[in-house]
Order: sequence, then C-alpha cells, then structure tokens
Amino acid sequence: MSKNLTARAVIIVAVILICVFGVIDFPTSLDGLKNNVQQNIRLGLDLKGGSYLVLEVQVQDAAKSDALQVIERIREDLRKQNITYASLEANDPQTVEQADNIQIDIKGVPSTEAAAVRSLVSDSYTDWMLTAVSSSDFALRMKPSSMAQLKRDTVERSIQTISNRINQLGVAEPSVQQYGSSSDRFEILVQLPGVDDPQHVKDMIGTAAVLEITSVKDGPYSSRDAALAQHGGILPVNTVLNKLLPRGGSEGEQWYLVSRLPVITGREMRNATAGQGELRRWETSFTLSPDGGKRFASFTEANIGNKLAVVLDKQIVSVATIESRIEDSGRITGLGSQQEAVDLSNFLRSGSLPAGVRYNQERSIGPSLGADSIHAGIMAGIAGLLAVISVMLVYYKRSGVNAVIALILNTVMLMAALAYFHAVLTLPGIAGVILTIGMAVDSNVLIFERIREELRSGKAVIAAVDAGFGKAWWTIVDTHVTTVVSCAFLFLFGEGPVRGFAVTLVIGLLANVFTAVFVSRAIFDWELGGRRQLQTLSI
Amino acid sequence: MELFKQTNYDFLGKKWLFIGASVLLLIAGFASIIAKGGLLYGIDFRGGALMTVEFASAPPMDKIRSAMSQKIKGEVSVQNFTGANSKNDVQIGTELQDERQLAVNRAAMDEVLRSTFSPAAAGKVDLNNIGRDQIVQQLREPLARNNVALNDQQLQELVAALKSYVNSNYSGLITDFNQLSGVPGMTPAILNTIRDTFYLAPYTVKSVEVVGPKVGAELQRKAVLSTLYALGGMLIYIAFRFEWIYGVGAVLAVFHDTLITVGLFSIFSKEISMTVIAALLTLVGYSMNDTIVIFDRVRENLKLSRREPLEELMNRSINQTLSRTIMTSGLTFLTAIALLIWGGPVLHGFSFALVCGIIVGTYSSVFVASPIVLFWHNYTDKRSKVAGAVQPAPVTRPEGARKSPTRAVK
Repeated sequence: MSKNLTARAVIIVAVILICVFGVIDFPTSLDGLKNNVQQNIRLGLDLKGGSYLVLEVQVQDAAKSDALQVIERIREDLRKQNITYASLEANDPQTVEQADNIQIDIKGVPSTEAAAVRSLVSDSYTDWMLTAVSSSDFALRMKPSSMAQLKRDTVERSIQTISNRINQLGVAEPSVQQYGSSSDRFEILVQLPGVDDPQHVKDMIGTAAVLEITSVKDGPYSSRDAALAQHGGILPVNTVLNKLLPRGGSEGEQWYLVSRLPVITGREMRNATAGQGELRRWETSFTLSPDGGKRFASFTEANIGNKLAVVLDKQIVSVATIESRIEDSGRITGLGSQQEAVDLSNFLRSGSLPAGVRYNQERSIGPSLGADSIHAGIMAGIAGLLAVISVMLVYYKRSGVNAVIALILNTVMLMAALAYFHAVLTLPGIAGVILTIGMAVDSNVLIFERIREELRSGKAVIAAVDAGFGKAWWTIVDTHVTTVVSCAFLFLFGEGPVRGFAVTLVIGLLANVFTAVFVSRAIFDWELGGRRQLQTLSI
Repeated sequence: MELFKQTNYDFLGKKWLFIGASVLLLIAGFASIIAKGGLLYGIDFRGGALMTVEFASAPPMDKIRSAMSQKIKGEVSVQNFTGANSKNDVQIGTELQDERQLAVNRAAMDEVLRSTFSPAAAGKVDLNNIGRDQIVQQLREPLARNNVALNDQQLQELVAALKSYVNSNYSGLITDFNQLSGVPGMTPAILNTIRDTFYLAPYTVKSVEVVGPKVGAELQRKAVLSTLYALGGMLIYIAFRFEWIYGVGAVLAVFHDTLITVGLFSIFSKEISMTVIAALLTLVGYSMNDTIVIFDRVRENLKLSRREPLEELMNRSINQTLSRTIMTSGLTFLTAIALLIWGGPVLHGFSFALVCGIIVGTYSSVFVASPIVLFWHNYTDKRSKVAGAVQPAPVTRPEGARKSPTRAVK
C-alpha cells in the first residue's frame, strides 16, 4: 500500500513539474516569470487586441484571366492552321460560385474544320474540354480537376503575396493562412496581433480586382459619347472603353478605347517599386514573371511608339508610350510626382494578387480594449476562484484542502496543455475553462458527499473513503464522457470559436479525471495511511 | 459543516407547479421574441459594420449622426454609451450590405470622424489613431532634423513604449502631449518633435467589426447545427448507459434551459453574439452534468430496490444528491456572479447567460428531466397492465403519453 502510494506520489510530482515547466519555463526573475507566462499562454486577438481579417479570394478572376490567355493562344493557333471563325470570346462569371461556369465560345467555324479544332484542343489545351454546340459553334469548358487545381493555386499564391506584404509591416507574429477546410471556400484568415490600424493594413494588402496591361487602340476622348461617336456608335471587336482615373489636376474626363485582351495580367506581375530616374524624375519600375516577360517582349517590340494602359478594376490608372522592347523588367517614366509613382507601384503590386479579394469579415480590437477585458476577466476569475476556495474550505474543512489542491492543479494542467499544444486562449476558450472548473468542483463535491453518506451509514473512515470514491467514480465517468462526446461533435461540425471551446473543455476534463480522482485519492490515502483505526475524518 | 443532512422533500409531488413556471417562462420568452420581431443578434450574426469610438469628453451625438448619414450609404445608427461608469463611448453601426459596400462604408466612418473632429493641421497626423509602424515612419525624419540621435532600434522601442504607456494609462486616448512625459525613454527634445509632427484628435477607435453577408449566415448555421449534433451525441450516449428515455429527458431538459435563456435575452433586450453562444454551450454542459448526477443515483437506487414506486425512488435520489446539487450550483453560481459584476462589458453577455443558465439548468434536472422519465415509465407500466387484459396496444403518439400519467399521479 505505501509502496503503491510512493509510485503515485512520483507520478503526481512529475506531472506537476512538467505542467509548471510548460507554463513558466525557468524564470530567473519576477519579470522573467511574467514574460514567460505571457509567451507560453498565447491569448487570442479578442483578448489582447489586434486585427482579424477574413478575405475571400475571387477565384473567378483567375479563371477569367486564364480563359483570356487561352483565347489569345487559340487565336494564334487557329491563324497558323488557317482556320477561320466568326468570334472567339469568354464569358464573365461574377461571383466565386460561378467560377466553374467559365466558358470560351468559338463560333462560326466552317464544318470542314471541326475535326481540326477538336484535335487542336485535345492536343494543346489539356485543361479544357471541347463540346460542340452546333455544327459550327463550340464551347470550351475547364475540366473539373484543372479548375480545382487553378483555385488551389490561386488561393496559395494569394496567401504568399499577402504574407509578403504583411511582412513589410513589421508586425510581430502575423499569421496568414487558409480559412476553413472545405474545398468550396476560398477564404484567407489574416491575424495581426497588436495592430490597431486595420485600414492601413487593408491598404497594404490591396483590394484590387483585376490588373491588366493592355494596348490602347484609340483616345483620349472627353466623354464616352464622344468616343462612341468617333466609331459610329459601335465599338470595334474586342475593345472596350475605359475611363482614366482622375488625378489631382483638372483635365476633365479622359476615355480610352483599349483592347479587351490584356497583354499582361496581374498574375504575371511580380513586383513594382517607385523611384527616381534620370533628372530625378519620378518613375515606377516593375518586374514580370518569365512567361509574361516573353510575351511582353514580343508585344513591345512590335508596338514601339504605341500606347499601353494600366487598367485596374476596369479603370485606367496610367497610360504610357512604349519606347523600347521590354522583357521581364520595365519602367514607367515621366510621372508627375512622388505620390503618383508610389500610387502606381501600389496599383501594380496589388495587381500581383492572382485574383481580387473581398473582405468578408474584419474584427479589430484596440489593444486598450483588449487590456481592459483581460484585466477585468482576470479580476473576476480570481474573485470567483477565491469564493469557491473559501466555501470549499469552510464546508469540507481538511478535505476541502484536497479539493482546492485538485482544483489548482487542474487549472495549471489545463494551462500547460494549452502551452504545449500552442493553442490560443480566446474568450470562448475561457468559457471552456470555466465549465472545466465547475465540473472539477462538482467531481470533488460528488466524492465528498458520497463519503459523508457512507460515514453516516456507519462505515469506518477508510471503508467510507473507499466506497465514496468507488461510487462517485461511475457518476464522474458518465458526466465526463457525455461532455466529451458533445465536444467531439462541436469540434467536428463547429467553427472557430465553438471549436476553441470544445478543445479547452476536453483538455480540462481529462485533467480533471486525473486531479479529482487520482490526485485527491492519493492525498486521502496519504493522510489515512498510518492510521488504520481512524474514527473521524475532517470532511 | 453540513447544510442538508437527510432531507426528504417531495420534489416530484410539486412538479406541476414548476412545469407550469417553465411553461410560463417559455411563453414569456417567445412572446417577447415575437413582440420584438425576432432575436437581437450581435454583429457577428447579423452582419454589417460596427465601430466603437471613445471620446475624450461627452460626444456631440447630433453632429456625429448628421455627418455619418451624409457620407454613408444605407441606414446608420449612432448610439451613446456615456453612463456613470462607462466612458464616453459611441457605437456607429451600419446595416448589412454586400462586401464591397461594407468596405466603402467602413472606410467612410474613419474618414468622417477624421474630417469632423480633426483640426485642419497642415501635414500633421493624428497620434490617437495610428499604428506603431506608422508612428515610427512619421517620426524618423523630423527627429533627424531636430538632431535627436536615435537609431532605428531605439526608435522602435520608444514607439512601442509610448503605445503601451498610452494604452495602459489612458485607454489609448490622450488629450495633451504632456501626458507622454512619463513614457520611459522620453526626452523633452523628442516630445517637442512629437508635438510638431502630430496632433491629437479628441477620439480613438476602440474596435471595429465588419461582417459580410456570407459570414453571419454561415456562422449561425454552423453554431446551431453543431449544437444539435452535440445534443444528439449526448442523447445516444445516455441512452446507451441508461435507458433511451433518460437520454430524451436529459436532452429535452437542456433544450428547455437553452430556450428559456434565449427568451431571457430577448426579454432583457440583450444581444446574442458568438460569445453568448459559447456561454450557451457552457450551460448545456452544466445542466447535462447536473441531470446525469441525479440519473446516476436513480439508476443505482433502482438496482437496490426494484419494488419501490419510481416516483418515490426518484424523490429519494433527488434528496440524496440535493446537498451536492446545491453545493456545485452554488459555487459555479458564485463564479458566474463574480464574472457578471467584475468581468467588464466584453464578458457581460457571456456572464449573464451563465447566471441565467445555472439557475435554470439546476432546476430543470429536477423538474423537467426527471418528470419526463417518470411520465414515460408510468405510461408504459399502465399500458402493460392494460395490455394484459385487452389487445396488444398500438403505438401511441407522445401526446397520449403526456396525458395518461396526470391521472396516475392524482
């Protein structure tokens, strides 16, 4: 019996040491202790303040720009094979859900060439499927597997781009990750502890829908009507009219007729920076992906002297003249001011997101509010705990000490588990902690009340303790397993906050079975150890 | 010390009184929900944009309201929280719109506040509403111009110290630059530079929440679904450990608690937010725990004395566990009350739900869960007696099950 007790004592002390170490490490001073605790118990943004953004990647943008590039290639291939057609166009899905509907229509192909079109697509465009709409019209749709791959890539690249930009902010421990796990959601969760100026962050990330560099066919015109009038009311094939984003000066509206098929899209834009060039004039330099660079080189070579427009979200932000052949790095020179150069580089950079993003959620808790709520929460927690402890001590006397030790150990174990798992403590998590403490108190109360009952029925102390623990055990198992079962469901089907609650609660319940049953029992046995004939128990 | 030695209250004899009270509470809750046109959801479920702004002095509500409604598309609400204890807080909220419009409105809130409350200070920036990295950027050049020698590391540290000093001593809002003189590492020269570079707007944005239409609906659906699944899981486990009717009783009791608490939220015009959902989950846990403890005792007693009428046996079990019920509920209630009093505004809804939930949850174990089991057993007992004499009884609908024991009790 006493040997058994030693073994139990060793286990308990070991667990306590491991847990205490998990929470406080090896502090060298009081400040060090405070620091270690703050580092190990990581608080959620709702408690310590910071910004929490959920962005939805507009994957349909990526699908669309993919389609436009495919159109460009098909056009080239059809020309090489001398296949004629009436029109070659892509549709324009507007929402994330419609991304799968992307479709390229080839119309008016002579029936003699149908087989050639068919084999062209199946040979060179393996991501797409060709279906015949009629004898002369075809529709190209993206294969589901390719579409899934495109979406995954788009989200991954967005995460990378956003991470890079956020890192420029110099925030401690930023986190950019995919939000949710299901394959039909394309959300990114950005968490920035301590950032109290989310609007600035959003400006950094950019909300660009689509960035395109496209050739200018004609312009400028002073109004849309003027432009239309110039072309007899009908725009040439594959062109659109876009307005130049007004700058400080009052030149009035400027409209340009630009190609609907971009030379370069945001997906190929790698970086852009503002700087001063010759004669200290402001300029913006940019770099393109290798693929984009090749295409841009052949285009600029053939179009020297022509104009290019930088179009962001269907608005022209800059028009520049091609002065020479440009490969994967180029400059837009002759900008009016530093601001203009910085803005343009921001536009170009934000365009390097592979698709636009929208903010589904923003949550910013000022650090002062966070500090206030932590303070209030801790004060209330301590007050509650003190009340519980004093009632336990008064009501159960010496045995109450057992309960208090078990209770405190339970809390320490819970905190240690959070530290070891790198879990984050949020407000719902605290709800889990509170329920854990409640159930820990309950386990002790259950056991003690049982022991009292057994004592009343005339059992000797040791037998009563034995029976008390034995009978309360199954009740504790039932209450705990029921709660763990419910936590499993909450974790499986719940989200974010609900999951945090479930995780904390399960850890707390496991700790509780250990403390309320194993530890408390060991203390009883230790107290009763040498005194088999004990007649009274302080309970 | 013992409060309840061997009590022998006839709890189940008074069940109709308490069931009546439950029904009244439920009706009152539903009536309130209907009268108020649905529950009051927090921003995380409802969607929209909500900004909490703290002002240095009593905020000019009309000015804010008119400025906001000019610039913001859709309905804008501007509410004041100035009270005895609370600071001069104002909440500015917009209705739910699509993500783009929400983003525009949210930016407009910032802009309106800036243009309404900031003096036209040429080139100066508001110190009360910018982040750390921007303060560093703004200060770097002026400090160099004023010949204050600080390397980048030192500047970063100074700004970090400044921010945390303002946050912990002045809740993030200062009204006079001299308040910064206590910042560790602050010198008169730096303070002067700060004075020249920044101005102090009489407000600071404490929190912003923007929730788009996709999020709220999804969150609500998931919270409700996962809770229902969790209840189902508990029902199955209890049914497996006891009898299925015990599972039904326990789950119905917990359901009853949740409904009453939600009703109370409506009656007291409190918002249901994600934090409140966490509290509701907590009370589901408490109430379930409480019910199982009683059922456990009933099961144990059933093994010992099979002949005793169930109602008496249940009463005895409830009395035997009464002491623990009162202790546990009392102690957890103490914690919840402490949280309600000192927990601050962020925890208010949470602790309110806990306080209601612990009371209702404790009482439902005795007066809802147990009677359900009792009714069912009385009903099946009666039926098996009748079935002996007449034909095998057809499966009756639950309404029938509820009526027959009424007679049996009387």
